[in-house]
Amino acid sequence: MSASRRVAGACGRAALAGSLLWGTVAQAAFELNMTPGATAVSRDVYHLHMTIFWICVAIGVVVFGVMFWSIYHHRKSRGAVPAQFHESTAIEIAWTVVPVMILVGMAIPATRTLVAMEDTSNPDLTVKITGYQWKWRYEYLQDGVSFYSNLKTSAQQMHGEAPKGEHYLLEVDKPLVLPVGKKVRLLTTAADVIHSWWVPALAIKKDAIPGFINEVWTRIDTPGTYRGQCAELCGKDHGFMPIVIVALNDADYAKWLADTKASLAAEADSANRTWDRAELMKKGAEVYQTCAACHQANGEGLPGVFPPLVKGKPFSGSEEMLKPLRERGLLAADNTIAAVSVEQQAAVILKGIPGTAMAAFGPQLGDVEVAALLTYIRNSWGNDLGDVVQPAAIKALR
Amino acid sequence: MSATTAHDTHHDDHAAPRGLMRWLTTTNHKDIGTLYLLFSLTMFFVGGSFALVIRAELFQPGLQIVNPHFFNQMTTMHALVMIFGAVMPAFVGLANWLIPMMVGAPDMALPRMNNWSFWIMPFAFTLLLSTLFMDGGGPAGGWTLYPPLSLQTGAAFPFVILSIHMMGVSSVMGAINVIATILNMRAPGMTLMRMPLFVWTWLITAYLLIAVMPVLAGAVTMLLTDKYFGTSFFNAAGGGDPVMFQHIFWFFGHPEVYIMILPAFGIVSQIIPTFARKPLFGYASMVYATASIAFLSFIVWAHHMFTVGMPLAGELFFMYATMLIAVPTGVKVFNWVATMWRGSMTFETPMLFAIAFVVLFTIGGFSGLMLAIAPADFQYQDTYFVVAHFHYVLVPGAIFSIMAAAYYWLPKWTGHRYDEKLGRLHFWCSAIGVNVLFFPQHFLGLAGMPRRIPDYALQFTEFNMISSVGAFMFGFSQLIFLYVVIKCIRGGEPAGDRVWEGAHGLEWTLSSPPPHHSFQTPPEIKEAEAHS
Repeated sequence: MSASRRVAGACGRAALAGSLLWGTVAQAAFELNMTPGATAVSRDVYHLHMTIFWICVAIGVVVFGVMFWSIYHHRKSRGAVPAQFHESTAIEIAWTVVPVMILVGMAIPATRTLVAMEDTSNPDLTVKITGYQWKWRYEYLQDGVSFYSNLKTSAQQMHGEAPKGEHYLLEVDKPLVLPVGKKVRLLTTAADVIHSWWVPALAIKKDAIPGFINEVWTRIDTPGTYRGQCAELCGKDHGFMPIVIVALNDADYAKWLADTKASLAAEADSANRTWDRAELMKKGAEVYQTCAACHQANGEGLPGVFPPLVKGKPFSGSEEMLKPLRERGLLAADNTIAAVSVEQQAAVILKGIPGTAMAAFGPQLGDVEVAALLTYIRNSWGNDLGDVVQPAAIKALR
Repeated sequence: MSATTAHDTHHDDHAAPRGLMRWLTTTNHKDIGTLYLLFSLTMFFVGGSFALVIRAELFQPGLQIVNPHFFNQMTTMHALVMIFGAVMPAFVGLANWLIPMMVGAPDMALPRMNNWSFWIMPFAFTLLLSTLFMDGGGPAGGWTLYPPLSLQTGAAFPFVILSIHMMGVSSVMGAINVIATILNMRAPGMTLMRMPLFVWTWLITAYLLIAVMPVLAGAVTMLLTDKYFGTSFFNAAGGGDPVMFQHIFWFFGHPEVYIMILPAFGIVSQIIPTFARKPLFGYASMVYATASIAFLSFIVWAHHMFTVGMPLAGELFFMYATMLIAVPTGVKVFNWVATMWRGSMTFETPMLFAIAFVVLFTIGGFSGLMLAIAPADFQYQDTYFVVAHFHYVLVPGAIFSIMAAAYYWLPKWTGHRYDEKLGRLHFWCSAIGVNVLFFPQHFLGLAGMPRRIPDYALQFTEFNMISSVGAFMFGFSQLIFLYVVIKCIRGGEPAGDRVWEGAHGLEWTLSSPPPHHSFQTPPEIKEAEAHS
């Protein structure tokens, strides 16, 4: 009796030590597992995941247990004499039929969850999500509100020149704001290459495919901030297009919607006035963050892949890449970057260069933004063209 | 058999070329097998160095060593080199060396084509690797080459496509040769159901290769015409469908997964009975399980694409079909365990690798089963959980089986015993390294880290560090293997014909190293000697 008590005590102490150790490990941000998330569906998925995980563990314990018992006992060094048995129809039928039954047991809850996940009927709200290289655009179809959502983490943090913030790489300038308790239908598509919109807390991952619209739905239970990332390789900055959702209760959501509508209207209105150079340069530097992904913060591009934007800088690359640049007057005969007119440069930004990574930014950027961007590019990094491009001029060029 | 020193002396009537010309013009199955294996080993180190670049960058958050564009080139090239340059040629090399000896034939059925199918490979890979030095760098859109992203590749694109075509031609020719040899060159009495399992698994693999490599060729050719000839197969704006590429690609890609694992099943089914000194538990059920897996591999491809937005019925079909694969795979694992049961085991290096294969491949199988569950797959898809899964089946799966095979048959090939101590050291370093490398990646994926990213959020730091340490451990351990192989080729204790006490099969009746033309007189196979 005392022996068994001692064993029990030892087990208890080991368990306590184990849980203490576990606590320490958990504090060190060792995240080990999926979380139950913030919706009924995500909880179902979590439980499905855990159920199958434990079934696998149980099978593993049995199979590996038999194997290691055999490895220990049936070794030649212990004098084991090999049996010569082989083939047993009964055993072989058993180890085929039992797994089939286990699989059927797994398939039933999996099917139930899948059917629920695919039911996108009767939404309260629909948001269209478009993936771009490398940002997301959210359009609230019923409310006429739309905006782009860009990574907010600075390049200095990535290159170790500034301390990394708490939400390094998982923070955006404008989050997707959703009301809690409402069935939200999300439509995903893309403008250039395939992206995938993934928010683990909602158990949603849906590919955003150019030319196609996928649909998925969610109903968030509690207000909060939920973060995710693009999950489908979409080029150089695939790792830098995060998703942030802010879930608000009804009143806060209504207020957010009204505020956003007002600020979008003010922005549209500002295209009609004349901007001064300092304003445009400041705004242009902000907008240029989008361009910096390829053309780099110093406007010098990446050799052979993304051309520089600085006059006189050399650029070499495959002929199929150089030809459209020459045709547009962007590249001089000696393969250096040429200075072009505002109209020519605006056309490249608005319409893109088909067949290359240079997308058409016309639909993405407003007149003010394009005007500011042009002013900034034409007056930075040694470009000294001195022009101040007004939003009205861009409006005329569209 | 008088001719015992095959490698240095040819016993043909015609004067055999020497030096470089011997290797360039050889039609001998053993020479070509050796070439394939050495090529594969070289590519294993090249692809491995790419992986170390990836793991070095991911050691800590932030962008330290390479830029994201080059990082993407590394992930893409690592996969292409390891799949087409390391794993597949290693299995073809083993097939070349072993199939004629196992079925009692003098050589492969089509020796000249055999030469050609090998010598295409160095050219294909020179072409592929040269793209890293081109304007815009190598392919950076992932080895799956999904359009429209892959169409953004620069000057490298046509070179990549041509190299894939060349690899495909080489694989198909190799497969034709394997089938022709197995179906026509078996010794009297070597009926199909008496063939060693390695031969069986390769026969089925060869059919898979012939069925799917042309599908890949078609898919990449459509990419080429989309980029250069104005077609719109995969361009939605021109009436095409980017998802169609994924369907075609994975119709190739999923059987390809089994191309890389079925011969491994064969190898392990040869090794475990030898060291358990007991016949394989269920020979016939192993053959049927292999065939079932091969069949199922053709109807599960869209489980790689659960997130593309398929109709519910499609998702259910592919989920159920994928789950079914667990049944024949389970039969295999149970068979290996039942073979070990009440055997008389010893644990030389090949057996250690084979046992690690069974355990770690099964872990990869468990995560595969989890991935089959579509609703859960939405959370796992394109995360490090998937990376952990397929590396568990490919590294301690396919590659451990190749290591096991190398240690098992090296004494036969070279006539010398390898250094057992160093072999075991290599095993333990590899087995520990591979788990430190890949096990934490399960946690990273479940905690939400996507794959193919050069930088990550701070909560993923610790496990990435552990994984990177494991990567360097595993990578540098392979230098031990290189040393053991070189040492074994150069000399060592004579191996004897039947190298292992419990070994059965025709290859062990030949001298070590075997004569130039393996069996000049076909041996006769009686029931009692069949398939160990």
